[in-house]
Amino acid sequence: MMQPGLYHILFISAALFFIGVYGFLTRRNLITMLMSIELILNSVNLNFIAFNKYLWPGKLDGLFFTLFIIAIAAAEAAVAIAIIINLYRSHQSIDVENAEDLKY
Amino acid sequence: MPNATIIALIPLLPLAGFLLLGLFGRKIFKNSSGLIGTALLLTSTVLALYTAYEYFFVYGKVDGVYQQFIPMKLTWLEFSPGVSIDMGMAVDSISVMMLVVVTFVSLMVHIYSLGYMKGEERFSTYYAFLGLFTFSMLGLVLSSNIFQIYIFWELVGVSSFLLIGFYYDKPSAVAASKKAFIVTRFADLGFLVGILILSNSSGTLDFNTMIATLTSPDSDAVKTAATSSFLGASALTWGAALVFIGGAGKSAMFPLHIWLPDAMEGPTPISALIHAATMVVAGVYLVARLFPIYAITVPAVLEIIGWVGAISAIIAAIIACTQTDIKRVLAYSTMSQIGYMMFALGVSKYGGESGLGYTASMFHLFTHAMFKALLFLGAGAVIHYVHSNEMKDMGGLRKYMPITHLTFLIACLAIAGIPPFAGFFSKEEILLAAYQNNTAIYWVALITSGLTAFYMFRLYFSIFWNKSHHTHGESHGEGSFVMMLPLVLLGIGAAAAGFIPFGEFVSSDGNPLESHFHLQFSIAPVALGLAGILAALWLYAKQNDKPAKLAASLGSLYKAAYHKFYIDDIYLFITKRILFNLVGRPAAWFDRNVVDGLINLTGNTTQAVSEGIKKMQSGKVQQYAIYFLSGVIILAALFIYIWR
Repeated sequence: MMQPGLYHILFISAALFFIGVYGFLTRRNLITMLMSIELILNSVNLNFIAFNKYLWPGKLDGLFFTLFIIAIAAAEAAVAIAIIINLYRSHQSIDVENAEDLKY
Repeated sequence: MPNATIIALIPLLPLAGFLLLGLFGRKIFKNSSGLIGTALLLTSTVLALYTAYEYFFVYGKVDGVYQQFIPMKLTWLEFSPGVSIDMGMAVDSISVMMLVVVTFVSLMVHIYSLGYMKGEERFSTYYAFLGLFTFSMLGLVLSSNIFQIYIFWELVGVSSFLLIGFYYDKPSAVAASKKAFIVTRFADLGFLVGILILSNSSGTLDFNTMIATLTSPDSDAVKTAATSSFLGASALTWGAALVFIGGAGKSAMFPLHIWLPDAMEGPTPISALIHAATMVVAGVYLVARLFPIYAITVPAVLEIIGWVGAISAIIAAIIACTQTDIKRVLAYSTMSQIGYMMFALGVSKYGGESGLGYTASMFHLFTHAMFKALLFLGAGAVIHYVHSNEMKDMGGLRKYMPITHLTFLIACLAIAGIPPFAGFFSKEEILLAAYQNNTAIYWVALITSGLTAFYMFRLYFSIFWNKSHHTHGESHGEGSFVMMLPLVLLGIGAAAAGFIPFGEFVSSDGNPLESHFHLQFSIAPVALGLAGILAALWLYAKQNDKPAKLAASLGSLYKAAYHKFYIDDIYLFITKRILFNLVGRPAAWFDRNVVDGLINLTGNTTQAVSEGIKKMQSGKVQQYAIYFLSGVIILAALFIYIWR
């Protein structure tokens, strides 16, 4: 069976990243946008792991960064969901099109 | 040697009074401010008299010549080695003489104002301003540095401005104070340029060094300055003439005199102090300070000074004959007498017998301070009594105001040059000096002295004789003791000051000057003076229609003099028509359209641009994300393809 190479993983990571960007730009629901951000973050994680494994197999830097990102993503999700809940309380909606008060 | 502390205290005590009353006068010293100011000034006067005694009789004379002492000198601003603004004190015969005059007259005015200004709402402010003025004037006379004198020069200008405009709710007083300030400021511009030229040619701002450099004809400085010419006159001539313009502005010399008559809007004691006895002679004092330069290096300018003085003297005397406001008559008379002092300097030479004019000028300054302050204070008492400045509201007051009447008569006799009163001696010396050096000026001065006697006695008879006085309602008497005391003291001064052998103490080079008394020479001026008095007696002693007839027969001459020879109108024409239309309006147009236009253009452009791009901040999160992403993509493309 063929071992997956670096390029395969990078391809998947890039695909994941652009799916996330697409979702972030097109979805109106804030929860879905949050999920898109998670996808972007995970594509970055994937890159770190892949580079660590294929280019510097003796080191652990990539792994540690990945762990940090997962921890920070969890915190960020908690903050984001708190914001969404507050937004829902004030606007009765979690549609991003209704949260346009901060403008010129 | 002079005691620096005592001399420094003379100007500093009035300054302390100014600070004390200016800061706390309205609340803490509301009732005692007049007494505080007077007490401080009394101390100053005593110190000044003590200094004068010490200088003239104890240490001043070395080998028979009066020396100049600099007991204290602080370098304040140093521009380059040798060129610095110092705060120094120059003690010599004229500065000590001026110390006595200024403190004495100021003390008289302080005492007098206790009665005259009683009940004024801004009583303590008034005394604060008086202190400021006295400090500035004393600093001016003590200056040892030409820039120091300029600083104090402006300070007396400011205090004069403040005091002319003391009744600031009266539009005419406000206009008068502005006029005085602008005219003298205009002249001071000449003074400043003159200072720069003189200090540039001599390389110093210090009076003594400057005089020493500029009066030695062999020095390089004089040679360079005398050869570099501008519009046909050498740089030195220009410098000295410009400094004189400053002096002429302050001393109300023709044609810069227009502010002085209007300055009579101030309280009358102020007119006595500032616009008669002290500040207006600052110009004479300045010329006397720099006298060696004028006399030795630039005699041409001295000649101009002589003629400006003589013309001012006669023009003012003619105008004074026609005015009806008694303070204005006195103002023109002041201008005329300062003209005397100026041309006395103008006809003088440096040193020895031919320096008589210098001594005479300083002597006249001294005696004039006495009798003119007395005249103003007496006029103040009259105004206080009848509540009017106009002659027609007065008449027959001699029975109601005996002390004022007597002292006023003494002052009139003194200014008319009748022996043995003070003015006789000083005027005699001036006429003698003019006779010896410039006969044309002598004749002008002689005619002026006859006119002086005429207009002074016109004033005297109109106030105290003429028609009988009708008291309107109850009369409040002649005035309190504090108002009469200065009149009596100044009256004694005006009667006796002439007997001081002035030439012994003050002369152009410090050597004592024998004053010769020529009996046959004084016949002409005294006879003219008496003729003037008799003419005034004939016209004004009783109410009649002779003055009106005389005025009618003189026709246009009378009219021109009554309208002050239209000099004010000429000024108005030049400023309003010519300057406003040709300079002011184009400048205003340029400012409004070009300067403001550029500023507005910047503002409008910024506004238009921000109006265009403000839509970018839409509040849509996803739009921002697109901007962000596009930026990242552009940067990535740049890094990959261009800046790798």
